[in-house]
Parts: sequence; C-alpha cells; structure tokens
Amino acid sequence: MGYVAVQGGVTAIENSEQLADYIRLKGKSAPIRIRQIQDQLRLLVDRVMGEGGLYSPLHAALAIKQSEGDPLEASFYIRAYRSTLCRVCDTYPLEMEEMRVVRRISSAFKDIPGGQILGYTSDYRQRMLDFSLMDEDESKMEEILEKYDADGSAEAGEDLSGVNFKKVVEILREQDLVRLVEGKETEPAADITKESINFPAHRSARLQTMARSETGGILAMAYSSMRGYGSIHPTIAELRVGFVPATIPHPYRKNENYHIGSIQVTETEIVAKFGADHADEKPYFTLGYGICFGSNEVKSISMAVLDRTMKATEAKSPAEDQEFVLMHIDGIESSGFCAHFKLPHYITFQSDLSNLRKTQEHKEQTKTGKER
Amino acid sequence: MIEELIPKAEKFNYNFAFIDEGAKKEIRRKLLKAIAIPGHQVPFASRELPIARGWGTGGLQVTMAVIGPEDTLKIIDQGCDGSVNAINLRKLMVKTTGVKTTFDTTQATVIQTRHRIPEIPLKEGQVLVFQVPLPEPLRHVEPSEVETRRMHAESDYGLMWVTLYEDIANWGSISIGAGYPCKVNGHYIMSPSPIPKWDNYKLNQAECLYLFGAGREKRIYAIPPYTDVEPLQFEDKPFSVERFDGLYCIRCGATDSFLDEIYDEETGEKYHVCSDTGYCDWRMENKDE
Repeated sequence: MGYVAVQGGVTAIENSEQLADYIRLKGKSAPIRIRQIQDQLRLLVDRVMGEGGLYSPLHAALAIKQSEGDPLEASFYIRAYRSTLCRVCDTYPLEMEEMRVVRRISSAFKDIPGGQILGYTSDYRQRMLDFSLMDEDESKMEEILEKYDADGSAEAGEDLSGVNFKKVVEILREQDLVRLVEGKETEPAADITKESINFPAHRSARLQTMARSETGGILAMAYSSMRGYGSIHPTIAELRVGFVPATIPHPYRKNENYHIGSIQVTETEIVAKFGADHADEKPYFTLGYGICFGSNEVKSISMAVLDRTMKATEAKSPAEDQEFVLMHIDGIESSGFCAHFKLPHYITFQSDLSNLRKTQEHKEQTKTGKER
Repeated sequence: MIEELIPKAEKFNYNFAFIDEGAKKEIRRKLLKAIAIPGHQVPFASRELPIARGWGTGGLQVTMAVIGPEDTLKIIDQGCDGSVNAINLRKLMVKTTGVKTTFDTTQATVIQTRHRIPEIPLKEGQVLVFQVPLPEPLRHVEPSEVETRRMHAESDYGLMWVTLYEDIANWGSISIGAGYPCKVNGHYIMSPSPIPKWDNYKLNQAECLYLFGAGREKRIYAIPPYTDVEPLQFEDKPFSVERFDGLYCIRCGATDSFLDEIYDEETGEKYHVCSDTGYCDWRMENKDE
C-alpha cells in the first residue's frame, strides 16, 4: 500500500508482535488447545466472560490463550470483539427460580427449603500444593472419570431436578421482614453498552456495570465497606451457582418463546441491617443483589454488598458513593488508562517544564527583592 | 455495498471503519448535538475498540463515525506522524477502511491528533479530531460528575476562578501547563485536551471544525468553525504561552514552532526540534523557494 504514509516505528511494532508468539512457544511444550483451556481453566474462562461481557466459553478461551493467561488482557479482547457483534434482540428477564442448581448455600438459616447443596467449592479445601498433579496423565484422568461416572451425575451429587429451591429471601418476605416490591420494575432497563451511565444511575445500570466489573476491583471496593469504611453488615441469605435458561421471543410466531440455551451464573442475595425511610416507619431488613457469569462467588458477593451500599441516600463512605464505585471498577477502562501513561507525554511535560522554570524564576526574583 | 465502497481495504470480516452502523449513527447524532452547543460535553455510549482505553479510543470512534472512503487521513501523536501509537492507530484505520493517509497537513481532510494542533492553520472543510483523556476541566476542583454537570449548566465557575487566583497568589502565575481550560462561545469552560498553551489561540475563530472524543469517560464535544474560544485569564494577569526565546529547531531552523527539548546522547547538550514533524518536513521541502 504505497499511498499509506509510514515512518519509523512500524517495524518495531511488527517485531514486538512476532516476539509475543515466539516467547509463548519457545519452551517447545505442546501448544495449548482451546478445549483444554475451556475444560481445565474453567474459572478463568468464567472470569473473562464476565469481565468481557460476552457469554462464550470458546471465545474467552481463545482470548486467554492469545493473552498468555492475563485476565485483564483477555477480557479486553472479548470486549473489543463484542463491539463488532450486532445485537439481535433482548432475552426475557431470566427466571432464576428455574435455575438448574449445582450449588446453593445460605448463611442466614441452617435449614432451608430444598436444603443446602455444597456442590463444588474450594472453601473447605486445605490450600496445600498437590504435587501429585505434577504428573497427572491420561490413566489418572480415566481413573477419576470412571469413579464419578459410575456414581451417576457427579457435578450435582444427586439428581436435583424436581426439587423446589424456594428463594430464602421469599421466606423473609412472607414474614414481613423484608419489604415486598410490588410487581416487577416497570421502567425499561438501562443498557450501559448503548448509553453512557448518568448519575444518580438507574439500578439496572448499576447492576450492569458491576456485572462487567473487574473481580479484584469490585472486591476492593466491597471490602472497604466490609472492613471499616461503611457499616452494612451483610448476611448471605442465599448464594446459588447453576444454569439458567435464556429465552427470546420467537422471531415471527407471536406469543411463542424460543429457548436459546442456558448460561451458568452465580447469584447472591444478601440481607443487611434494617432501616426505614422515615423514623416513624416500620423498619425492614434491606437487600443487596449480585449476579455474574459463570462461577465467581467473590465477585457475586461483592456486587451484592455494593448494590446495598449504593442504595444509601447520602453517601457517607466511598462504597456508598455511586460515582466513586461505578467509575472505578471497570478493568478494561482502568487498565487501559493506567497503561496509557507509557505513551509519550513530551508535550505536556515540556509545558510543565516551561511552567516550573518560570515559577522558579519568579520565586528567585521575589526572594532577592525581599533581601534587598 | 460496503465491499464496493472499500475496494482498497483488506478482506476483513469487520464493518467499514470497524464499529457497527448503529454505533456510528449514535456518534453522529451526538456530534451534531455537540456542534450545536459548542463546548458542551455530550455523553455517548463509547464502544470498546481493539485499542486500549486511554490510548485514543474516543478520538478513534469520532474518526470512525465521520470518515468516508474518499477521505484522506492524517494521524499524529505529540505532533509526530511516526510515533508508535500514531502508527498503530493509522494501521487500524487503514485496515478497516482502506482510506488514503498522508503526513501533509494541507492534504488531509480528517486529522486525528493527540496533544497538538498542527502549526499550519487548518482550512474550511478540514476536521481535527482530538483524543481526550480527561474531558472535564472542572474535575480537579470538583470530583463529582453530578456536581460538575450542574456547574456547567449554571455557568457556576466560581470555584475554578478561585483556584486560578490561588495559583497566582502562591506561584506568581497559573500553574496549569498543557490542557489549559478555555471558555467557548461565552458559556462553557472546556478542556482543549492536553495541547500546550501554545496551541490554545489556534482554537479561536478557526476555519476548521474541531471535534473532541473521550472514550473512557464517554464524552463528545466540539468547536464549530468561527467560534470564540478564550483561554481563562484575569485582566491584570493575561494568559501567556510557553516561551522559546532565542531557541530554534536544529533541523529546519524554525523559530515560530512549538519545540521539543532533546538531549545529545554523548555530550548531554540540550537542543530543540519541531514537535510538529509535518511542519518541519514542509519547511525543509520549501527551504529553497
């Protein structure tokens, strides 16, 4: 392309790109298959899907490979890819009661209708390096699979279809301990990918921003409230991990829905300290809600905590301030801006230099003026 | 249809200029609003691009929304066409549009820039697109967006003026370097993006159209041609630009251009060159005439 103006630097960028591939492969181990990432780096895939804002394990796994396992960078690939996809339609709101539950716990009540289902968790694992994994091979894999396949559905432990997992919050509602929100929210949900967020932000915009947030970022914000800068004292009414069906209106048949598949989500509902809008009103527990793609409990709980803190009418701590929380938890935005400081700033620095020299001159002059 | 429009673009499974037509439509509408209210920050959705936030995604989205197959594009970073980020952004635009690119300021129809306004005055029909890191000029005096929007709406700029006054009281002059705020069309205080003060006067009554895009902060604003743009100043403490008294570009000899300070690798000696490489080249070419 002769008409494209070029100058130095082009080759440097190209060489740098090639270097990335070389560095990734120079150890001469077998190239990682996308399928392996999907299967064996499942939690990383979930995290990238959530932060990238696109439910596609395949694309997330590819992004992880391409970014050499950097979650921020991988999520960034997914976000950029997402910008090129045309939005076909909206699904109906997910019916969380229809979730195929693989894990469900409550720290509010010992016994809950449907029971506590521990499922997969690392919570009670002793974090000691398992050196036997160092030479895991196919025969070991077969051994493990055989054992579980013989037991039936291993993932859920036992067949849970048909078990009614009533929402724990529902029990509190029935006892008039949390306020019943009449009907569903009638206002159309915001779409933060189509319209930039305004403050005070609609709750749907707040939840969307948090659902796409960077796990470490949202955790830090929520932790500030849990530890000392805030006082909401959350109790996890319920935390669920499972698969929820997504449905869309049928493209041309009226009044018919179309099931397009299920997505895995982690959903958390917290109950926080009671309050009332006015001093003479009956007080109720307050609620916080969190949900994110895949299995990511720390993010889901953090989101629920912040959903509650941001309901404060007057922000008394950073975590209660919508702007403070929502403008600083996006990994793509914060990491991008952080990295941009590597760009040349010759001009701005030249301007600063000029300013400093001028001010130094001024101070020198006023000093000598005084001495005289 | 698009294929016919971009015979020169690489076969590339993306839309012309990368972002989808819905996003372009949104940006164009917001641009029209921004042009109609000079200096006012218009929120826009801001799509994620294959370029990182903070690296020019706002400017890029504006360029993507306004560029057509017949345009000639120039992209500069710190005044330089050859800076690695300028090259990278140019590569993306060429890959997705196939448009002609140039280093020559006078030949470009659309110029995307970071931190500089070219030295050669832009003409009618030319568009200068700024990459903006922090669109809110009041942010350093008021952190809350809700509050700054109210301040703009009510022209409540007292806090800003007091800060400038305190600067003078403490340091003898206003300590803001690049990105010096200005008043547009007698109402909005606007950040011109981190251009040096040297470039501020070029905003006033310009023949060209200035468009500003802040991708991470999701804001678009504009200065239409022939608009009054005045740097904030006090009657007894007038605005002044960076000084290069007695200095000149060691390459082209220019004394009328913003200079970069450079140190000799061996001697450590300080010398200067034009920050606007296009201008420097233009002077070199036209030296004999």
